[in-house]
Amino acid sequence: MDHLSGGDILIRALKDAKVKYIWGYPGGAALHIYDAIYRQEDVIHLLVRHEQAAVHAADGFSRTTGEVGTALVTSGPGATNAITGIATAFMDSIPLVVISGQVPSKKIGTDAFQETDMVGVSRPIVKHSFLITKTEDIAPTIAKAYFIASTGRPGPVVVDIPKDVTEPNRKVPYKFPDQVRLRSYQPVLKGHQGQIKRAANMLVSSERPIIYAGGGVIIDNASEYLTLLARKLNAPVTNTLMGLGAFPGTDPQFLGMLGMHGTYEANSAMHHADVVFAVGARFDDRVTNEIDKFCPKAKIIHIDIDPTSVSKNVAADIPIVGKCSIVLKSMLDYIKSEDLVVDDTRLSRWWSQINEWRDLHGIYSKSRYEPSKLSLIKPQDVIKAVYEVTKGDAIVTSDVGQHQMFAAQYYLFDKPRRWINSGGLGTMGFGLPAAMGAKLAEPETEVVCVTGEGSIQMCIQELSTCTQHKLPIKIVNLNNSALGMVRQWQDMQYSGRYAQSLYEDSLPDFVALAEAYGHLGVKITEYDDMQCQLEKYFAYKDKTVFIDICVDKSEHVYPMQIPGGAMRDLWVSKTEKT
Amino acid sequence: MRRIISILLENEFGALSRVVGLFAQRGYNIDSLTVAPTDDETLSRITLTTNGDDKMVEQIIKQLYKLIDTLKVMELTEGAHVERGLMLIKIRSQDLAERGEIKSCVEIFRGSIVDITSKTYTIQLVGDAEKLDAFLEATMHLDVVEVVRSGISGISRGDKYLKV
Repeated sequence: MDHLSGGDILIRALKDAKVKYIWGYPGGAALHIYDAIYRQEDVIHLLVRHEQAAVHAADGFSRTTGEVGTALVTSGPGATNAITGIATAFMDSIPLVVISGQVPSKKIGTDAFQETDMVGVSRPIVKHSFLITKTEDIAPTIAKAYFIASTGRPGPVVVDIPKDVTEPNRKVPYKFPDQVRLRSYQPVLKGHQGQIKRAANMLVSSERPIIYAGGGVIIDNASEYLTLLARKLNAPVTNTLMGLGAFPGTDPQFLGMLGMHGTYEANSAMHHADVVFAVGARFDDRVTNEIDKFCPKAKIIHIDIDPTSVSKNVAADIPIVGKCSIVLKSMLDYIKSEDLVVDDTRLSRWWSQINEWRDLHGIYSKSRYEPSKLSLIKPQDVIKAVYEVTKGDAIVTSDVGQHQMFAAQYYLFDKPRRWINSGGLGTMGFGLPAAMGAKLAEPETEVVCVTGEGSIQMCIQELSTCTQHKLPIKIVNLNNSALGMVRQWQDMQYSGRYAQSLYEDSLPDFVALAEAYGHLGVKITEYDDMQCQLEKYFAYKDKTVFIDICVDKSEHVYPMQIPGGAMRDLWVSKTEKT
Repeated sequence: MRRIISILLENEFGALSRVVGLFAQRGYNIDSLTVAPTDDETLSRITLTTNGDDKMVEQIIKQLYKLIDTLKVMELTEGAHVERGLMLIKIRSQDLAERGEIKSCVEIFRGSIVDITSKTYTIQLVGDAEKLDAFLEATMHLDVVEVVRSGISGISRGDKYLKV
């Protein structure tokens, strides 16, 4: 048995936990750990420019691969800078292990230099946290951290390590546990068979079913079963913002996203459905609109790994706690074994109703906004052009705001793990570092960060990280010189009083900025020029390119749910509501 | 509605703060709280009282289960149970008749006087919340100078138990 120091034990344990990459930033309390990283080659460390980005990058890596992402930060400001990243991952159930250095044990509680109670500060936004108090505990704690982060409903786990625990001169035997068992933590996997049968029967005999699938389907790699079941049931499918790609975006059964900026057909179908089949979704307030008016005629079937999500906002008629993949498979098996078939004539009435909605206000049946012309480029058209240039097969990360919604609406994701955004927390600054994580995970795949001039400036320092680690990302900046979504709300609810949402003449020259970091940059102002410029710059496979596109400043995101209404109550344009 | 919730959890660093934090961050109140290790020192037992409707309690119990350290959760008020709290009260009195009244009050409530000075009585009382409240009401007109109440400890009656 090897005798190792705490720092070496930590890195060896990470390797044994199958960690290949750590995103991080060194500092005093983490230096023993950094020295251990320096003295080995199995685990690769990527230096970022801000700890928030380290966590977002680990998060983007995890969302792309399904593996646990890892970040390493120092104590105090390093730890607190990581908080936004941790909260982002927590809200979207992304498995991460965030390791933070801590001041030496003896100094804890003395207001020492760079001391923060990381376990305390992070407590409401982690799945679990550990403060390691002795060197012997490092390996078993790391094993537990990865186990907890990746199982059940995944989430971030913080491991806080006081500096003395990684002291180079204190060596202890190294042993990584073969398996982890926690008597207090045994997530339910299979789902109740009786409930599964009831749900299948209810779905097969329903007249107006709809499948409402969320991020849980993607996290659990259950898209294949979901797609099979949807085909079997001939039911329409809508995805949440987090669920895009769980069901193919170009499939005729797909109604688009639902919720606040969801399509008219998805929101109307939800409202009129007799059975809502929620899979790995959590009835978020950005989906349901006014909860008392939510799906008045529907029976609710709800599959979720997390019992607290079931009947939290909307009572489920058939709750099923379990892994989406396992439950969906059981449901398919049951339907097959009982030879259950749907009545297609009954469903054809439902489909003809849905197709009427599609024609009436659908954003895919025809264009619902004024066409782009000359120097008036519509942001929607930018997304459509990016979709074409990347053949619909890029990994698209986004920040938060109008550009995020346009990307969610107009980039049709046919595969899971292609759409990476901060859905729950809504973190501006997420897009670029998440794209770095995605590019590291899939170097052969085109990675596009769709952003705005507001969001990109929240983590723009990471352009330097892209240079250092050779991560060629395409940044598509929908530049409308304003905080677009804030301004949209100010237009709609504050009579156009643009309180602090305009940049006036303060924006940087993004092309020059990108070049300063060693990247390429291009500014696009003419619509006729856009497609060929995009093609030209996307062809630079080995370069990070900052594509700054001046878009129509007055454009709003539609549809938009009317506050206080039912799901189907929407503004479909500036002047028209349903 | 008043609820008594019993929780069995790992006796680990930070476990209590997670339970307390859960109540704070979800906007639930803790009316009283008792916590101590059990006969098995790796386990802690928490008894807490809160107020809420069925939906809220269902959500609280699920959220408590979601904490990694939690082993078992039970709502004691759902079934027959025994609950006990401890109260220590200090009453000032130098009037002989009044001191007699205090003594008889303590007897009626099956409490005990645990300390006496010429000016004060210190009284110990054990019982459910209702009984302790009743004693306070009965002595309201006196010069009560200090009241210390423990949280409630509770256990279910009969063949029902919270155990790993």
